[in-house]
Amino acid sequence: MTTHERAAHERRTAWRLVLPAMLWTLAFFVVPFACMVAMSLWQRTGAGLVRTWDLQNYASFFARPHFVEGLVNSLEITVAVTVISALLAYPLAWFIAERVPERWQRAALLLAILPFWTSYVVRSYAWTLVLAGNGIVNQALVGSGLIDRPLDIASTRTATVIGFVHFFVMLLTLTIYANLKQLSPNYARAAADLGASRVQTFIHVIGPLTVPGVVVGAFITFVLCIGDYVTPQILGGNNELVLPQIIMQQIGRRADFPAASALAIILMLVVTAVYAACARWLRLERA
Amino acid sequence: MRIGPAGVSWLGGLYAALLYGFIFLPVAVLVLFSFQGGRFPIPPFNGPSLKWYEAVLADDRLVQALVNSLAVAFLSSVVACVLGFLAAYGFARYRLPGSALQRALITAPLAVSYLIIGMGLLITFNMMGVPRSLLTVGIGHAVINTPLCFAIIYSQMGAHQVNVERAARDLGASDRQVMWLITAPMLAPAILASYFLSVTFSWDEFIIAFLLSRFDVTLPVEIWSLLRSGLDPRTNAVGSIVFLISILVVVVLEATVFRRPRPDDRGRRA
Repeated sequence: MTTHERAAHERRTAWRLVLPAMLWTLAFFVVPFACMVAMSLWQRTGAGLVRTWDLQNYASFFARPHFVEGLVNSLEITVAVTVISALLAYPLAWFIAERVPERWQRAALLLAILPFWTSYVVRSYAWTLVLAGNGIVNQALVGSGLIDRPLDIASTRTATVIGFVHFFVMLLTLTIYANLKQLSPNYARAAADLGASRVQTFIHVIGPLTVPGVVVGAFITFVLCIGDYVTPQILGGNNELVLPQIIMQQIGRRADFPAASALAIILMLVVTAVYAACARWLRLERA
Repeated sequence: MRIGPAGVSWLGGLYAALLYGFIFLPVAVLVLFSFQGGRFPIPPFNGPSLKWYEAVLADDRLVQALVNSLAVAFLSSVVACVLGFLAAYGFARYRLPGSALQRALITAPLAVSYLIIGMGLLITFNMMGVPRSLLTVGIGHAVINTPLCFAIIYSQMGAHQVNVERAARDLGASDRQVMWLITAPMLAPAILASYFLSVTFSWDEFIIAFLLSRFDVTLPVEIWSLLRSGLDPRTNAVGSIVFLISILVVVVLEATVFRRPRPDDRGRRA
């Protein structure tokens, strides 16, 4: 075989390996996405689907306070969840990485992510049990005399936030722990040699070096949280809807795929904007 | 007041204990009240009783949904894993024009929320007149898991396997023989890990399964309809069963695939 023939042969082999995954992604990811974009430019009327192309669905998003409110609720809940989860997870990750003996660290992490293996739908249901008016938390609080009457946490935004935080604390614990472990102990030693106190070392050296771990975890939290339908649907009650709930309403109750598609694309644009804002740190991690 | 290192450890330990308590609270409540004797899964606990487990196992719809879920998870993960492995091998071993862009395309579904992937597929299947079924659910799950398998296997394909592959080729092995007899076995831990991760993701996935299924449903969708009956110890029982199955998968994986090599077999492997 000449070098030229060999190169051609190699290229053919390579294509044969890569092509199945490429075709699969094109057929079941790119094409559906294109269909959804097309759908978002059509209209649903009483007579059925009208295939004229315009931006009416997007315009009506801003014209309907119900929709805009959904987006605002989504953003508020997601930001709250991301911040609370990061604040709760950081000390835990630090404790496991720095204070738990090396041989027990893996066990400590596995234990922290144990609830991850419960079913997603069931996890939210379990929180409704815990937070219910006559659930374990209220019975304990009332029984101990701390409060007079049960707290109304179930079916509120607070319940949604608690359910989300429960899931994302363990995710952020993992990313921050991984970041802390890959730092060389020499950083802390050098800072100490130069006379920094433990607090100063943390604020000026360790803290800034763990920003990538926090940002990566926070970004994943943001994306998963803002796109989730299950947790707010089970825990949040029906007073304040988030965007995914509104999208599902368009599909389920009204079979209005054009409106649902436009809303889904708006949701995606929000996530893309956040990605663009975090890209600097996200890329840092990969390097 | 200055807090010494021992104080930091003590405070940290207390904090960790509280947070672990928060993490475990709902799981503990879920499992405890699956053994509830009464009609409601709320205190006081009057058990233990296995009657809700009996109720779950006697419920044909739940049992069928569990079987459906396992079938969808194991089969769709085969598709995801094979597609991911082939592509990883192609990109790692051959130079392709526009390789970075193609890899970005294959991993793109990781960055898109399941709700949007599910909706896109639902709209497409509707347009083409494809009825919703377990097959369409399986396709959806393979779409979300292929990039995952690809990324995991691709990250493990280092230069250290290249020499062994070259040796095999010099000894007369064909491209195909090298891939299946040399590379795949060497990558077995990564392939198995990606397969089982994919299985657990599919097994627990709700929104795509909800959108793309109709008459035959998977377990999370069946549990979803069970939730309409409000607080029900059957949900606790079925939730505990799902938990147990997932834990079993994790324990088996820890004991086999992720087992750290002991010092003596590390030398042998190198």
